[in-house]
Amino acid sequence: MRQTTRITGRAMPVDRANVDTDQIIPAHWLKNVGRTGYGAGLFEAWRKDPSFVINDPRYKGATILVAGPNFGSGSSREHAVWALDEYGFRAVISSKLADIFKGNSLKMGLVPVELPAEVVTKLLRAVEKDPSLEITIDVERATVEAPAIGVRETLRLDEFTRTRLREGLDDIALTLRYSDDIARFEAKRPGWLPRVS
Amino acid sequence: MGTTLSNKVWDRHVVRSAPGEPDLVYVDLHLVHEVTSPQAFDGLRLAGRRVRRPDLTLATMDHNVATNDIAPEPISAIQIDTMGRNAKEFGLVCFPTGHPDQGIVHVIAPQLGLTEPGMTIVCGDSHTATHGAFGSIAWGIGTSEVEHVLATQTIWQTRPGTMAVTVDGDLPRGVWAKDVILGIISRIGVSGGVGAIIEYRGSTIRALSMEGRMTVCNMSIEAGARAGMIAPDDTTFAYVEQRKHAPKGAEWQRALDDWRSLATDPDAKFDREIRIDARDLRPYVSWGTNPAQTVTIDDRVPDPAALGEGAEAAARALTYMDLKAGTPIRDIPVDAVFLGSCTNSRIEDLRVASDVVRGKHVRKGVRAMVVPGSMLVKLEAEREGLDRVFAEAGFEWRSAGCSMCLGMNPDVLSPGERCASTSNRNFEGRQGPGGRTHLVSPAVAAATAIAGHFAIPEDL
Repeated sequence: MRQTTRITGRAMPVDRANVDTDQIIPAHWLKNVGRTGYGAGLFEAWRKDPSFVINDPRYKGATILVAGPNFGSGSSREHAVWALDEYGFRAVISSKLADIFKGNSLKMGLVPVELPAEVVTKLLRAVEKDPSLEITIDVERATVEAPAIGVRETLRLDEFTRTRLREGLDDIALTLRYSDDIARFEAKRPGWLPRVS
Repeated sequence: MGTTLSNKVWDRHVVRSAPGEPDLVYVDLHLVHEVTSPQAFDGLRLAGRRVRRPDLTLATMDHNVATNDIAPEPISAIQIDTMGRNAKEFGLVCFPTGHPDQGIVHVIAPQLGLTEPGMTIVCGDSHTATHGAFGSIAWGIGTSEVEHVLATQTIWQTRPGTMAVTVDGDLPRGVWAKDVILGIISRIGVSGGVGAIIEYRGSTIRALSMEGRMTVCNMSIEAGARAGMIAPDDTTFAYVEQRKHAPKGAEWQRALDDWRSLATDPDAKFDREIRIDARDLRPYVSWGTNPAQTVTIDDRVPDPAALGEGAEAAARALTYMDLKAGTPIRDIPVDAVFLGSCTNSRIEDLRVASDVVRGKHVRKGVRAMVVPGSMLVKLEAEREGLDRVFAEAGFEWRSAGCSMCLGMNPDVLSPGERCASTSNRNFEGRQGPGGRTHLVSPAVAAATAIAGHFAIPEDL
C-alpha cells in the first residue's frame, strides 16, 4: 500500500447520491486479470456525456473527489478503487461511503473521508464555483481543511487505520505477526465445521 | 443484557481484539471466483506466499462464463483459464464449467452443505450476504482482502452495528421472499443498513423456506448493510442435514446443540429496529436505477416532484429508464425477461415461475431466458420436467452462471432494451450499457414474460 501522510490538491465535484461501483467502473472491465489499466474505464458511461464534470478541463489534475452520499455502493469490485487511483484521485470525500468501498480504498491508500453532510454540500458548492479551491487532508494530524472557505474538520479514521496509511503497511505482513494467535484459534475450532477437501 | 445473533457469531471468531483497532476475525469458509481473484493470486506469487487453508477455500467459475454453447470471447477465456490454473497451483478445489457442482458461488455452497449456521463466510462478491440465511455472518470483500484471507484465513474488520428488521404476519397471496426484501429496501433506502448487520426476524421470516431466506439475505447489500442474517431453526437444520459436507452422526448432534444457542437472546438490544406488517406487502417492481426506487405492481411511476429529497435522483432515473411519471406499472412493456442470478435461481424459484407459464407462451417479441443457479439446480429442474415447461412456453433454458445479472458475459441487454429481471441490481447499465432493468420476483417475471408488460399471475 502507498504511504500517505498528507494530500493537498484541487477537487472534482460529483454531486450525485448513491454512486454505485457499476458507474465507477462497469463490469466488462472486470474481465481483465491485471491490476492496472482501469483509469480509462472510470465513469465510462457518464463520461460519454460532454457535460459530465470529468470532461470539464477546469477539473483536470484534481486529486480529491467530492461526491454525494452513499458513494461506492453496490458491487465489492476493488477495480473501482483501482480506477479512481489510476485516474489520479488520492482521496474521496462524501457524507457516507459504502462499507466495502471504504475497506477497499484503504487497501490501496486512497483516503476515504467522511464528513458531515452540510460540510460536504459546502465543499461541493465551493468547488463547483472555484475549481482552483485547494483542500488538504492531513492523515497525521487527522484533519481536513479548506482554508479559503473556512472549513476545518476532523478526519474520522481510527488511529490504527491512520498508522497503516502513514506507514504504507502491508496488511498481510502485519497479520502474519499474529500467526501464533491464528494457530491457537484454529486448534480450538469445533470438529463439525465443514471442510471443502 | 443478552446478545444478538450477529454478536454471538462475531465473538466466537475473534482471533485478536485491541482497543482502537479493527478485530482480527477468523474465516470459516472462503469462496473464490474467477473475476475478483486473479490479482490476489498474483500478489501471493509475488510475495512467495501459499494459501493457508486450501481445505476452507472453494473456487468456482460463474460471473464471466457463457451459459449456452457460445465459446467465451478470448479475454474471458483467459480469466476462466487463470482461475483453473491458480486453483491447481495453490491446491484448491475448483468447479470449472462443465463440472456437475459448478454454479453461482452463492447457490452451490449451501447445496453442498458448506454453508452452515454460526460460520463466518467471505467471498469477493457483495452478494455473499446470501449465506446469512443460515445464521452465519457472510459478507463481500475486495480483491486485496481476498489475498489476505487466502494467505492468513483471517480478515481485519470493525465489529458491525446491529439492526433488526422484523416482519410479522402472513404474506398476502402472490407475495414472495423477493417482495419482502424489495419492500424492506423501499422503506429503509439503499444506505439504510450501512455499518450494520441486519437480522431479519418475525413470523413472516420464520415461515420462509431456506430458498426464500437466501433471497432476503442476498439483497442486504442493496440496503447498504454489511451483511444480513436469520437465526437458524428447524427449517435450517432440515435443509443442512444429509448434505455432502454436513456434520454426520455424533458431530451432527453436537452441531445442533450449538446451533440452537445462536438465536438472539430475548433481552438483547439492537442499535436500530424496524417493524413491517406483512399484510402491507405486495408484488414489487422497481422503476428507477437503484433498488429502493421501487413501487408495488398496482402503483404508477412516481412523480419526482413529490419525492422531496430524492427528486433530482428520481428525475435522472426516469430519464435513464425512459419512463413518464404517472404511467401505471402494468402499462410498461418489456423487451426481455431474465429469470436467474444468486437472488432467484434456485429450484423453488423455478418451480414458482414454471407454474405460471405452464401451457402458456411468451409474448411475441419478448426474449425470455431461465438460467439455473447451479448445475445441480438444472439437473433437479430437468428431473421435474421444468425445462420442458419453460421451453414449450418459449423460454431459453440455459446452464448455470451469473448470466444477465451483471453484463460481463455474453448475456447483455442492447442499449434501450427493457428487462424484467429477478436479479438484484437495477443500476444504470447493469445488464449492459443503456439497458433498463426492473427488479421483480420470479412470479412477476414469469407473468410479465407471458403478458409482455408487467403483470402478476392473476392478471393472465
